[in-house]
Amino acid sequence: MISFSNVTKQHKGAPKPALDAVSLEIERGDFVFLVGASGSGKSTLLRLMLREEIASRGDLFVLGQNLVTIPSRKVPALRRKMGVVFQDFRLLPNKTVFQNVAFSLEVIGKSSAYIADAVPEVLRLVGLEEKADRLPNELSGGEQQRVALARAIVNKPDLLLADEPTGNLDPATSAGIVSLLEKINQNGTTIVMATHDVGIVDRLKRRVIELRGGVIVRDDKKSGYETALPITDQVPISSDTEPEQGNEPEQANEPEQGNEPESRISSTDQAEEQE
Amino acid sequence: MKFGFLMREIGQGLSRNVSMIVSIILVTFLSLTFVGTAGLLQAQIGQMKTYWYDKAQVAIYLCTDTSPADACPQGEASSDVKATVEAALKDAALTPFVERYYFEDHQAAYDKFQEQFADNAVAKYVKKEQLNETYWVKVKDPNKSAVIVESFTGVAGVEEVRDQRSYLDQIFSILNAASIAAVGIAAIMLASAVLLISTTIRLSAFSRRREIGIMRLVGASNFYIQLPFILEGVVAATIGSVLASGAVVAIVVFFVQGYLAQRLPLTSFVGVDDALLLMPLIIGSGVVLAAIASGFAIRRYLKI
Ligand SMILES: Nc1ncnc2c1ncn2[C@@H]1O[C@H](COP(=O)(O)OP(=O)(O)OP(=O)(O)O)[C@@H](O)[C@H]1O
Ligand SMILES: [Mg+2]
Repeated sequence: MISFSNVTKQHKGAPKPALDAVSLEIERGDFVFLVGASGSGKSTLLRLMLREEIASRGDLFVLGQNLVTIPSRKVPALRRKMGVVFQDFRLLPNKTVFQNVAFSLEVIGKSSAYIADAVPEVLRLVGLEEKADRLPNELSGGEQQRVALARAIVNKPDLLLADEPTGNLDPATSAGIVSLLEKINQNGTTIVMATHDVGIVDRLKRRVIELRGGVIVRDDKKSGYETALPITDQVPISSDTEPEQGNEPEQANEPEQGNEPESRISSTDQAEEQE
Repeated sequence: MKFGFLMREIGQGLSRNVSMIVSIILVTFLSLTFVGTAGLLQAQIGQMKTYWYDKAQVAIYLCTDTSPADACPQGEASSDVKATVEAALKDAALTPFVERYYFEDHQAAYDKFQEQFADNAVAKYVKKEQLNETYWVKVKDPNKSAVIVESFTGVAGVEEVRDQRSYLDQIFSILNAASIAAVGIAAIMLASAVLLISTTIRLSAFSRRREIGIMRLVGASNFYIQLPFILEGVVAATIGSVLASGAVVAIVVFFVQGYLAQRLPLTSFVGVDDALLLMPLIIGSGVVLAAIASGFAIRRYLKI
């Protein structure tokens, strides 16, 4: 589903790369936390998957597409199979809850009949059907993030990327958002979530990828936030684990092909709906 | 693409930058009016050419006693000179070019002069011996009048050969210069229209950056994101060019036909049909220009 092999992202003018030879695999249906100090490269990793940025070196496959070589005109189709939420919600202030969610369907050419069905359904899922006609500034932060989540998943994405979605919320509200994410994950959507929220990561016991200075220093199944490693930069440990992972991606691309038919079907669905 | 969505987006864009949109409309309106006026001038020149060239003749002025000595050392043209000229005009070498000709003697020239300068003091002092006897030659093809001019220039007893077209050409070159000036002004204004459109698009894209950001994230196609902006420029420019083509028609109806044609009844002027011919040209160039300008601007300011 997602495969990084030796991906390096070097920003122009930056002294050192934001990501340095990162290799990792994420399977369909996974729920992955990205943790690490500020500036460790979490957002960069997510932006690469969204193809907001392009890797400087290495290979990056997402949903069966090589994001390094994909032509720009194919990017919109890829993004329709993904959802994104951010710390700052990014809602349109002059549109109601309903209109905010509907907007994301309108602009990819969905019919009004489809929108009239899909939007209330997703608002029910996030528990906001009562507040469909409210404007964002009439909602609490947690509610606004639910709207953003509704917008991200209304097109039934295969992959949901979340960049510190609970960063602005209190613990109780955060827990609500996270249980919503779990529900979305149970429906089959792969989730990659960058976070600093210790409580959430420890409680969920999911896969945790820890970045430090653009390098993966930990990749554990069912782990917590706190690193088992000493805080000193133990680069050798990451290079210990990498050789095994480094070989994998090429083979791991093969099962990726197996996922293809499914995504093709969903894209032809969209093509029909667009007309 | 859904029509309702598109209309709403364009409507929002237009209402958000009213002052910029109004200036696009005005600039395209003015510049295309100049383009249209230049077109009318060209049509007018064409029309006058066909009318006047048809009437233009070549004049072979024979020497008089008062002619300058270097052109006419022998003084008044003798009957031998007239015979030579007449023979040459009837000669097989020239007949393919000559439609007809006639001879104007001193008396006829004097009568014509008196008529033309009836109100002028000079009419009283001129003597008929001072006025040239002239062969007036109507050529078959006005473009080949040079043949006649060359054949008789420098012939003994001929003072000067003059193609009337050379007078007309002076008038036409003045009109031509005027239409070129109009096109030049139009070009400058069109350039500012293009800059204005691209600035407006940039402002418009900036004021909608949130929407654009979300559209990009949810996978709206470039076409879908860009089209409202392009159409925004095109709609404004279309309004301007429709106004301009209306102005060109109004110029013909009220100024040319309503004023000039009344004052100068003997001259034929461009009509409304000429203006109507220019209409699609004006509107088309306005629309194409705006589409190119905004398409270009959007590609620069809206990286996907
Ligand atoms: N456009 C850019 N140009 C130059 N350097 C950049 C750019 N974007 C990110 N960086 C650098 O890359 C590194 C990783 O940044 P990134 O935003 O991925 O960190 P992060 O892990 O998301 O941090 P946070 O937890 O604060 O969100 C940082 O050192 C940052 O300064
Ligand atoms: Mg970040």
